[in-house]
Amino acid sequence: MIPAQRWLPTPVLSILLLVVWLLLVNEVSVGHLLLGTGLAIVIPLLTRRFWDVQPDIGNAFKLLRFFLRVVGDIIVANLQVAWIIINPWRRTRPHFVEYPLTLEKRFTITMLASTITLTPGTVSANVRMDGKTLLIHALDVEDDETLIRTIRERYEMPLKEIFEC
Amino acid sequence: MFYVILEGLISALLIAGGLFAFIGSLGMAHLRDFFMRLHGPTKATTLGIGSILIASIIYFSIIGGGTHLQELLITIFLFITAPVSAHLLAKTGLHQRLKYLDKTRGKPVELLEEEQAETPVMHSPNRE
Repeated sequence: MIPAQRWLPTPVLSILLLVVWLLLVNEVSVGHLLLGTGLAIVIPLLTRRFWDVQPDIGNAFKLLRFFLRVVGDIIVANLQVAWIIINPWRRTRPHFVEYPLTLEKRFTITMLASTITLTPGTVSANVRMDGKTLLIHALDVEDDETLIRTIRERYEMPLKEIFEC
Repeated sequence: MFYVILEGLISALLIAGGLFAFIGSLGMAHLRDFFMRLHGPTKATTLGIGSILIASIIYFSIIGGGTHLQELLITIFLFITAPVSAHLLAKTGLHQRLKYLDKTRGKPVELLEEEQAETPVMHSPNRE
């Protein structure tokens, strides 16, 4: 829950809401800007008690770079998985991998789990309740050490730098 | 000439999108166990829908006049919801101890017999 005393408790969320509103009505005019701003102020105030603590974005540039990298990986992931599905001689090597988390905040862990699901050959299956390991199901993987190292370097470290420093 | 190239691009995107969506669904139908089947819809389908939406943005921005960016919202919501639903499905699969291929390496604690009480549901996935 977010502290109640502030007039604009979640600035990032408010900006996002305004952008989403403008995209929804698909037109930028004074009327819609005003209406969107009103909604962007009122909705966070009304839903304040449902929200977890808001993440601090440490470095917006790094976030953008991370985002672009993930989009690239999503395309690669799609091609790989599509090939595994249609290749009649495929040999899959499914593997349950336990991934030891070094992240601490719940928001960052969620981000990491979602990223893992969207990227090559892996689906995050369970966040253990103690918040220390993540169970990943991989479709075709040679050994788990490499997979863990790749995820750690490619996704977890950037996320840690962006949100937890 | 410009429009011909553009039409080609839009058609290519539409066909690619359709193909990816189809392959994703195919994967759901014929991969070997539940956890592998999850991979099809979470990945192949997101790119499929993505291409179709990009085609839609280009088409309506050029032909319809004015920019149409609502499709971006669909993409964003899709990318937010797909991993969450996949995660919940996988969690349910673990909870119900669904059968998985014997050659799967790594035995998660969640799927070991001794870690669990009796199967809580009538429709046991382990029934032949």
